[in-house]
Amino acid sequence: MTLLDVHGLTVRTADGRPLVSNLSFTVAGGERLGLIGESGSGKSLTTLAVLGLLPEGMSATGSVVLAGTQILGAREKELTAVRGRDAAVVFQEPLTALDPLMRVGRQVAGPLARRTGLKGGRLRAATLDALAQVRLPDPERIARAFPHEISGGQRQRVALAAALACEPALLIADEPTTALDVSVQAEMLGLIDTLVREREMAVLFVSHDLAVVAKVTDRILVMKDGRAVEEGTVRDVVVAPRQEYTRNLVASARTLESALDLRSAP
Amino acid sequence: MTPTDLLARPAEPATGRRSRRRSATLVLGCVLTGLVALLAVVSFLWLPYSPDDTSGGRLAGPGDGHLLGTDKLGRDLLTQLMTGARIAFGAGLGSVSVAALVGVTLGVLAAFAQGWLDDTLSAFLDILIAFPTLLLAMLVVAARSATLGSAVLAIGLAQSAVVARLVRILVKRVLTQDYITAARTSGTSWPRTVAGHVLPNIWPTLVVNLALQFGLAVLAEASLSYLGLGAPPPNASWGRLLQEAQATFTTAPAGALAPGILLVLLVIGVNLIADGLRDVLDPAGRGRRT
Repeated sequence: MTLLDVHGLTVRTADGRPLVSNLSFTVAGGERLGLIGESGSGKSLTTLAVLGLLPEGMSATGSVVLAGTQILGAREKELTAVRGRDAAVVFQEPLTALDPLMRVGRQVAGPLARRTGLKGGRLRAATLDALAQVRLPDPERIARAFPHEISGGQRQRVALAAALACEPALLIADEPTTALDVSVQAEMLGLIDTLVREREMAVLFVSHDLAVVAKVTDRILVMKDGRAVEEGTVRDVVVAPRQEYTRNLVASARTLESALDLRSAP
Repeated sequence: MTPTDLLARPAEPATGRRSRRRSATLVLGCVLTGLVALLAVVSFLWLPYSPDDTSGGRLAGPGDGHLLGTDKLGRDLLTQLMTGARIAFGAGLGSVSVAALVGVTLGVLAAFAQGWLDDTLSAFLDILIAFPTLLLAMLVVAARSATLGSAVLAIGLAQSAVVARLVRILVKRVLTQDYITAARTSGTSWPRTVAGHVLPNIWPTLVVNLALQFGLAVLAEASLSYLGLGAPPPNASWGRLLQEAQATFTTAPAGALAPGILLVLLVIGVNLIADGLRDVLDPAGRGRRT
């Protein structure tokens, strides 16, 4: 069953310059699609367009159907219902994506309360449970902390917990590991992988890093200058890239990898 | 926040010293304001004389049963100052409440308005701000009647334009933040986003501005009363006390000095509070930058 169907999506700035052109892709329920491309290729705009959250002045044409709801042109009320329930997002920079003046626990409790209707002590217990599920040590302490009082990796786990608290059918991860240390990155990827598998969620994983995307997704869509240049299974794209751009992408990922191998060799 | 910011941030002890020095401003402000507030509070429980008791000698100097002397009608000056403190606080709190209520509402609306509505609202606010507060207040008082209520309403409305413009800018800035987008992606409705994320994040800046507006409102009310447009006699607004004592300043200076000094103490007090609040609520200690 198709969960997300993007067809002919074009996003334009206020002066009519297209940033995303005629983009089409689908994500089935439980499927994992990687959206890959360099910065400025329109990946992040695509994720925002999927939730009807384009920045002021930008307009989208085409069709975005998320869990049966046409997002483009939908009324605010419909959109609010769809967001969180059908899709939730983990952003790149967890420090700015969390409210600096709100305790971390409340930021997870908010969406949790909206979905479950829990209150008081039971909501608190559910919040601590949600924090524990993303492997945060000492959830009691973390829940009381403000975002700046915990580490970057912990913040991103909180952001993940807040997104998962919505139990969305589709988790959109927009460069969720880019702002993290390499060692924390691997843990984060593993965590997303496990939690999403347990919940049988679909994932739209956005990244500029082919190696990262290849680890957690089944299929890859390569974007360049707002257009899809190549689409296929991870294996196809990595082993036999058809486009020049993708070949360069794969080659540079390989170069980096072998450089790392050389350095780590004794 | 980038790693360089963390490096550039002063070490813990320095931050501690800073906040202590800064909260000293807040404490001093609270003490000054508190002294005047005490006068107002005590006035409800006890007054040296009844406000309309004219039994004292005319323009008597300090002492002889009247701590600060009497006015030209023989009323006790301390009694007048104490009831005047009520009026000063009433005017300040009342005006700021009006300014906060109207200003925040208008400001949030203006921040969300788009296109011509935003332009119209902004232009309207700019025009309103271009008028001096006192002139606007005089217009309102002239249209209604010279009561404390009119003065408070007039000052509050004039100030709400300033508050609204500030709130509009603050809200617009907060709305561009990632955590607002993040809250929206998880299905938070606009009203909840504003109440839960936008208002708390503009609050530190707003509360400092409201404290400043309080001081300005007290001054504005005193000015209106001085002009005879504030609380009507026999209410002893400090502004009216000043005006009445003006003619006899050379023979009985206490009548003008005392309300003048109280006015200065209160206004300096709330300004120090505003200053102290700005530093205490400042992001530095909480890892937040605005």
